[in-house]
Amino acid sequence: MRYVRQIYPFNRPAELDSEERTHVPVIIVGAGPIGMAMAVDLASHGIRSIILDDDNKVSIGSRAICWSKRALEVMDRLGCGERMLDKGVTWNLGKVFFGERKEPIYGFNMLEEKGQQFPGFINLQQYYVEEYLIEAIEKQDLTDIRWESEVIAVQQSNNGATVSVSTPAGHYELDCDYVIAADGSRSPVRKMLGFEFDGETFQDHFLIADIRMKAEFPTERWFWFDPSFNRGQSALLHKQPDDVWRLDFQLGWDIDREAELKPESVSKRIRAMLGEELEFDFEWVSIYTFQCRQMERFVHDRIIFVGDAAHLVSPFGARGANSGLQDVDNLGWKLALILNGKAPASLLQSYNDERVSAARENILNSTRATDFITPKSEFSRIFRDAALELARDFEFARRFVNSGRLSVACIHHDSKLNVADLDVFNCKLVPGSPSIDAPVKVNGSQSWFLKLIGQQFTGVYFAKDGETTLQGATALLQDSIPVKTIVISNTSETETSVVEDHKGLLQQRLDAQVGSYYLFRPDQHLVARWRKFDPHAVREAVLHATMQPASGDSA
Amino acid sequence: MSSKILTEPRIEDPDDFYARLIAIHEGLNSEESQQLNSKLILLMANHIGDREVLDEALDIARNVQP
Repeated sequence: MRYVRQIYPFNRPAELDSEERTHVPVIIVGAGPIGMAMAVDLASHGIRSIILDDDNKVSIGSRAICWSKRALEVMDRLGCGERMLDKGVTWNLGKVFFGERKEPIYGFNMLEEKGQQFPGFINLQQYYVEEYLIEAIEKQDLTDIRWESEVIAVQQSNNGATVSVSTPAGHYELDCDYVIAADGSRSPVRKMLGFEFDGETFQDHFLIADIRMKAEFPTERWFWFDPSFNRGQSALLHKQPDDVWRLDFQLGWDIDREAELKPESVSKRIRAMLGEELEFDFEWVSIYTFQCRQMERFVHDRIIFVGDAAHLVSPFGARGANSGLQDVDNLGWKLALILNGKAPASLLQSYNDERVSAARENILNSTRATDFITPKSEFSRIFRDAALELARDFEFARRFVNSGRLSVACIHHDSKLNVADLDVFNCKLVPGSPSIDAPVKVNGSQSWFLKLIGQQFTGVYFAKDGETTLQGATALLQDSIPVKTIVISNTSETETSVVEDHKGLLQQRLDAQVGSYYLFRPDQHLVARWRKFDPHAVREAVLHATMQPASGDSA
Repeated sequence: MSSKILTEPRIEDPDDFYARLIAIHEGLNSEESQQLNSKLILLMANHIGDREVLDEALDIARNVQP
């Protein structure tokens, strides 16, 4: 099945024929996966937005293909997770090859703990994800997506911003409270406003060839260091849906770009890798260099940067789109609370702090992987090859081998929104982590814990036997920022709305005891936890997590 | 022969250690890098102290094939 790209038509906007200025809470620049996910997230909180995009179609070529577990969990909250899982190619295993040897030197598993809805990774072409998001946008009426609409100027004022738009039918202006720039690594908005994008470009070229072929390779990530078909360089093989395979060849710095891109030279490389008799078609071919860059701040008053516009990493590690979706997850609920007058604008500072630090972590990991794959000195290469030689037999050496530290959920260890533990908990989950998933039963039917929490502040209470409600929880639901409470039981209570932790995995993963209470943010990150439920402490934690002053000792 | 050398992962944050290991060689020529490595080996060997472990390490390093 060959993918058919749809053209999304330009529709003449009312603004071109009216003297009245349109005001919308949020303008999103860029209809890529991050911009569209942002719109869907805001709409899920009841916030209207207009997306402006200078193009009229989804992305050309596979581009982002590896979607991480956390990204899928975010997309599931936005209604697209299961579709991505159904269409995507699931993989958890990676294999590393070195030199002439046909056998891998070792393999690794991305999903450490079973019993979660989403796998470590799926592979899915970016254009499918964009299509699903377009459908999610069309399903509600809070997002107005405008194609062939190029943003040519952005002006901030004290209480908002004005965006100038150029279209095939003329220019117009829009007013908004906030602009979200999701316009990619070359971000025109960032350039218009003169913000720096500091970092480095690595002196290396990589050739991506996405090809269509019938092949029986397993659905694993295969990575070669110094293989016989690409001496002195690296290579990658990865499966996508529709019999599309991602091949990635390191080329080195001194190359003839034009010559390398010729179909015959790309074909020669592919046949050397996969066999002379191979039959295949090209889907997409591209040569790129790595860059690791980030803005110093992602929030500039009324202009907020997300995704590649704010931070750029090398592709090994799949930390581009996956971190962009975590930006969306982080920003959506905060901006909604601010726009609804329920939290101060200073809450945006926490988006900045949490995601700037996440971007630093991603860039650090990406830079280290790049340095391992492309050693900068002869000595660095000797160490790398020594680690690879030891890695076949010794687990310790595998920890040094770095073909990309693949994206895992970001933990905001130092976030100001966290409430430090007063009670003792012994598990991987800490304040600032997104919750781990676990299988549960709701009204007797199989479901997943992560489907129950998030979207709003959520309390999770571990009940005594026979207990079906939590005294004081209903009142929390009436607060200005409501907290819904989920009561978890380990016994079957089919007549009530109690959630059953039938395998006991949730209790184990959260280190819960009877009476334990956990407060999660709308993005499913843990704010605070206690061994005993105290509604006053919960209210204080909600205020703390929304940058509001404590209510004082009224209890 | 039972093995005495510990080969399970023992270093916390191996990526960070590896990056530091590479970084200390920055700006050195090949001769200087080898000197540095040799000093490192002697320091670590003395820290380990145990001859059985050291002999096993020497054998592994010599015999591991790609």
